[in-house]
Amino acid sequence: MSRAEATTKTAMKTATETSAVASPLSVVTGTGMGRRLVLAALAGAAADLAGVALIASAAWLITRAAEQPPLAALSVAIVAVRAFATTRGVFRYGERLAGHDVALRAQAGTRERLYRALIPAGPLPQRGADLLSRMVDDTDAVQDLLVRCLLPAAAALITGVAAVVIAGFLLPAAAFVLAAGLLVAGVLLPAGTAAAARRWSARIAPARADLAARVADLVHGAADLAAYGARDRALSAAMDADGRLSLLERGQARINATALGVGMLTQGLTVVVVVLTAQAAGLGRVATAVAALTALVAFEPALPLAAAGERFAGVVAALRRLRETAATAPAVREPADPAPAPEPPLTVEVDDLVVRHGGREPALNGVSLTLTPGRRVAVVGPSGAGKSTLLSALMRTVEIESGAIRLNGVDVRRLSSDDVRALVTGLTQDPYVFQATVSDNLRLAGPQASTEDIEAAVRRARLDAWTERTGWDAVLGEDGRTVSGGQLQRLALARALLYDPPVLLLDEPAEALDEETADLLMADLLDATRGRTTLLVTHRLRGLEQVDEIVVLEGGRVTQRGAHADLVAVPGYYRDLWESEALTRHRG
Amino acid sequence: MHKDLLRLARAERSVRIHLACCLAAAVVAGLLVLVQAELLAGVLSGRFAIAALLPLALVVACRGLLGWAQGVLAGRAATALKSALRRLLFGRVEGLGPAYRSGELVTLAGRGLDALDPYLTGYLPSVAVAGVVPLAVVVRLFVADLATAVIVVLTLPLIPIFGALVGWTTKTVTERQWRALARLGGHFLDVVRGLPTLRAFGRARYQASVIREVAEAHRAATMRTLRVAFLSSLVLELVASLSLALVAVPVGLRLLSGSLDLRTALLVLLLAPEAYLPLRAMGTRFHAAMEGVAAADEAFAVINPPQEAGRATAPAGAATGTGKAGGAGRPAPAGGPPEIRLEDVTVRYPGREETALDRVSLVIEPGERLAIVGPSGAGKSTLLHLLLGFVTPSEGRVLVDGTDLAGLDLDEWRRRLAFVPQRPHLFATSVADNIALGSAAGPEEVRAAAAAAQVAEFAAALPQGYDTPLGERGANLSAGQRQRVALARAFCRPAARVLLLDEPTARLDGRSEAAIVAATRRLAEGRTAIIVAHRPAMIDLADRVVRLDGGALVPPVPAPPISLQGGEAR
Repeated sequence: MSRAEATTKTAMKTATETSAVASPLSVVTGTGMGRRLVLAALAGAAADLAGVALIASAAWLITRAAEQPPLAALSVAIVAVRAFATTRGVFRYGERLAGHDVALRAQAGTRERLYRALIPAGPLPQRGADLLSRMVDDTDAVQDLLVRCLLPAAAALITGVAAVVIAGFLLPAAAFVLAAGLLVAGVLLPAGTAAAARRWSARIAPARADLAARVADLVHGAADLAAYGARDRALSAAMDADGRLSLLERGQARINATALGVGMLTQGLTVVVVVLTAQAAGLGRVATAVAALTALVAFEPALPLAAAGERFAGVVAALRRLRETAATAPAVREPADPAPAPEPPLTVEVDDLVVRHGGREPALNGVSLTLTPGRRVAVVGPSGAGKSTLLSALMRTVEIESGAIRLNGVDVRRLSSDDVRALVTGLTQDPYVFQATVSDNLRLAGPQASTEDIEAAVRRARLDAWTERTGWDAVLGEDGRTVSGGQLQRLALARALLYDPPVLLLDEPAEALDEETADLLMADLLDATRGRTTLLVTHRLRGLEQVDEIVVLEGGRVTQRGAHADLVAVPGYYRDLWESEALTRHRG
Repeated sequence: MHKDLLRLARAERSVRIHLACCLAAAVVAGLLVLVQAELLAGVLSGRFAIAALLPLALVVACRGLLGWAQGVLAGRAATALKSALRRLLFGRVEGLGPAYRSGELVTLAGRGLDALDPYLTGYLPSVAVAGVVPLAVVVRLFVADLATAVIVVLTLPLIPIFGALVGWTTKTVTERQWRALARLGGHFLDVVRGLPTLRAFGRARYQASVIREVAEAHRAATMRTLRVAFLSSLVLELVASLSLALVAVPVGLRLLSGSLDLRTALLVLLLAPEAYLPLRAMGTRFHAAMEGVAAADEAFAVINPPQEAGRATAPAGAATGTGKAGGAGRPAPAGGPPEIRLEDVTVRYPGREETALDRVSLVIEPGERLAIVGPSGAGKSTLLHLLLGFVTPSEGRVLVDGTDLAGLDLDEWRRRLAFVPQRPHLFATSVADNIALGSAAGPEEVRAAAAAAQVAEFAAALPQGYDTPLGERGANLSAGQRQRVALARAFCRPAARVLLLDEPTARLDGRSEAAIVAATRRLAEGRTAIIVAHRPAMIDLADRVVRLDGGALVPPVPAPPISLQGGEAR
C-alpha cells in the first residue's frame, strides 16, 4: 500500500471515528453490540416478566383455590408458580452478566474512538489536568447509559406491555387504567426528572465550580491568607459558597423526592382504580385479584426509572461533551495526496511565516530562518514572543496562515503531518512521564532500539547516574516514583536523542529548573547536539556562543539575529538579558 | 453507621433532626405497607366492602407523602452534614502546613464529599427499614398463619447468610477487580495526557490499539469475576422468589381443603415478599454506601490526623486561626522596624530526618536589607516561614525586639509584615480585591499600590480593568504579572515594617525582573527587607548577603562591591 493510500485511509478512518462518538446511541451500534444488547434487554425483561407472572399465577392459584375446585384445576398454576419462582433469579443473573459485558465493551470502544479522534486534533485549548480527567470520567457515562438507563427502560417497557395485555384479557377497562398509570410512572416521571436534572445541573454546576474555586483559594492560598490576615474572610466566603450550593442541592432533592412520592402514589392509586373498575364491571373475584396484583407488581420495573431519568440527563451531557471534544477540528489540514517525504539530510527553510491562534494578533508575524544540515540555531526572546509557536509550526501541530516552511524545498503543507514529525521533532514543551517503567518511558521514542542505543542516549543526556540509582524497571508517573524537574528534562532529552530525528527541536529544555541544574543541563545539551541539525528555544544565554546563529523573537517578529558576539556588541534585548545573566555568573 | 460520622451527625442539630425524621418517615412508610396489604386483602377477598378502597387510597397517599418527606429530609440532612464536614476540613487547612497534598484536599472538600449522598439518602434509610419492617411482617404473619410464618422465618436469614458468604468468598477478587478498573481509567488518562509526547515520537496511533487490548483483557478478567460475584444476587433472588412459591402453593392447597380463609391467604401472599424486600434493597445499596464510608474515612483522616511527631515541630499554622494561643499572646512591639534576632534556631519538619534549619543564629538590624542566597532546599524559604510563624523552632528561639516570637500575638505580628511568596496565589476575585487582600484599603489606595508595583500598566489593559476576575478560571496573568500583583499587596500595607520576599524574580525574564527590582527598591525604603534571592539584580539591592547551605549558615561569599555592611552573621 502506498503512503498516499495509507494517509487517505487514515483520514477517512478518522472521519468515521469522529462521527462514531456523535450520538449517544452510536455506542450500541458497534460490531456485535446490538445483538448483545438485545440479549441483555431480553434477559432483563424475562426476569421482570417472571416476577409479574409469579405474582399473577400465585394470585390466581389462591383465589381459585378458595373456590375449592378439584385439585387438577390448580396443577398448572402450581407448576407455573414454581417455574416462575425459579426462572426469575436465573434470568436476572443472565441480565446482569450480559449487561455488564456489553457496557464494558461499549466503554472500551468509546475510549478508543475518542482517543483516535484526539490524535489529529490540535492542542486542546485551555484543558488542564482536571478537564482531561473529567473527559475520562465522561467515558464512564456510556456504562451508566446502558446498565442504568437503557436496559432497565427496555425491560420496564416489555414488562409493562405484557402486564397491560394480561389485564386486557381480564378487563379492557382495567388495562386502560394500568396503561395510564404505567405511562405516568415509567414515562412522564422519568421525563420530568430528566428535564429537572438538566435545569438544576445548569444551576448547580456553577455553584459547585464557585465552591471549588473558594476551596482552592483557601487551600492553595493558605500562606498568602495567613500572612495577610485574610483567612477569616476567605473562610466565610467558602462557607457562603457552600451554603448556596446546599440550597440548590436541597432543591434538587425536593424534585427527586417528589418524583419518588408521585411514583408510589401512582402505583397505589392505579391498583385502587383497577379494583374499583373490576368491581363496577362485575368481574369475578379471581380475575379481580389477578388484575390487582398484576398491576401492583407491574410497577416494580417502572418505578426506578425516575432515578434513571435523572442519571440520563447527566449521561447525555457527558456524551455531548465527549462529542464536542472528539469534534475538535484537526490542528492542520492533511493533504489529500501527500508528497513523498524528503530524504535527509534536510535543509529547513522558514519563509516569512505568519501563524495566528484564533482571531488574536499573529503569534508569528513574518519570521524567516534557514537551518542547513549540521547547523545549530537558537531562538531566544521573552515569554509570549512566539518561540513555542515556531516549534509547533515546524512540527505541524499548528496551521500556517501565510508564508511557508519547506523541507528540502518541499512545502510541509504538501506532506502528511506524521511524516513531518518523523523528520522534525525532539524535546517538546511539557514533556510527559507515563505511568510505566523507566525503560518503557524511554523506549517509546525507539521501540526497536537496542539496549546499547538506549544506554548511549541516556549517557549523552547525563541521565545514567539516575537510571543506575532507580533501575530500569522502576515505575514512574503519578502513582510511581516522582521525577524531579531536572530528571524529567533529561529524560525528555534522552528520548529526543534516542529518536534521533534529522532535525532536532529543543523547547526550553531548562524550563522550571533552578539555576545550577539548568546550567549543567544546558552545558550537557550543547555538548550532545554538536554536529546535529538543531533548533533550540531557550531564555538562557549561557553557552550560546557555541551555536551558529541566534534569532531574537519579540512580539512574533525577529528583532535581532547573528552570532553571540555580534548580538552582545549592540544594544537590545539580547544584551540586556546577557548582562543580567552575567551578573549571576561571577557569583556562581 | 460510620463512627465519626455518627458523632458528627449527633453533634450537629440540623443533621440530627433531619436525619431522625428521615429515618422515621422511611420506617413508617415501610410499616404502612402492612396496612395496605391488610386492606387490599380484605377488599379482594370480598371481606371488606368496596368502601374500604377509600382508606386504602388514604394509606397509599400517606405512603407517597412519606416517601416525599423522606427524600426532602434526607437532602437536608446530607447537605447539612456536608457543610459541617467542610467547615471542619477548612478549619484544618492551615494546620496541615504547606507540605500537605493540597490538590487532594480541594477535591475531597468538593466532589469527594458528594459520595456521602448515596450513603445518607439511600443506605441509612434502607438499613432502618430493614431493621424494623421484616420483623413487623413476621409478627403479623405469625398472627395470621403459623405455617407461613415459619417458612419465612426459616428462609429470611438465608439472605444475609448467603449474601455474606458469597460476598466473603468473592471479596478479594472483587476488590482486585475494582482496583484494576481504576487502573484502567488511569491508563487511559495517562495516554491522553501524554498524547503530545506520543505525537512527537510518532507513537500516537500505536497506542490506540494498546488502549483496546488493555480494555479487552480487563473486560475478560472482570467478567470472570462477575460471574462469581453476581451469584450473590442470584441466590438472593432465588431465596426470595422460591420462598414465595413455598408459601403460595401450600396456602393454595389449604384453601382447597378449607382450612384457611381467602383473606388470610391473600394477606400472606401480599406480605411475604415484603419481608425479603428491605433486606435486598439494603444489599443493592451496599456498594455505593461503602464509597460514602471511604469518603468519610478520608475526611476524618484530615480532620483528626493520627498523632505523630512532637507538637513542638508541628507546623505552627494550627495555632494561627486566632494566633492568640489561649489569649496569652503579647502585643507585638509597635513603632519602627524591629530588630530580629535568631538564636540557635533549628527547624525540623515532622516525618523528615534532616533539619530544614540547623542552629541558625542571625541578627537582622532594623531597616537592614538582607539577601539570603543558597542552593534550592537550603532552608531559605523555611527561614521566611519561621519569621511568618508558619513553622516554629524545634530548638532555639526567634526574638523580635527582645520578645520571643512564640509569645507574640501572631495576628498582630503579621500585620507588621508584608510577604511576597515565590509563587503567589491569585484568588478568584477581582484584581483590586487581590491587591487589597486582608486590608481595608479603598480604591484609591489600591490604585496607588498598583501603580507603585507597576500593576497599573497591565491592569488597564485587562477586559474589566481592576474588576477583572483572576484565579484559575479568570484572566491569565504571566509569571511576572502575578509577581507584581503580589508586590502590590505588600505596597497596600503601609503599616508593614518588615518585608519578606521569597525569590520574587525567579522564572522571570530580564525585563520583567527589572520592573520587580525597581518596585522592590521603593518598597524597601524605611523598612527591614529580608529577600531570598538568586538573581544578581535582586542581590544588589541588599546591604548584606548571607548564604544558607543544608540548613546552616555558611561563611558569606565575597560581598558584592556595593555591600555596605557585610559581615559574619554568627
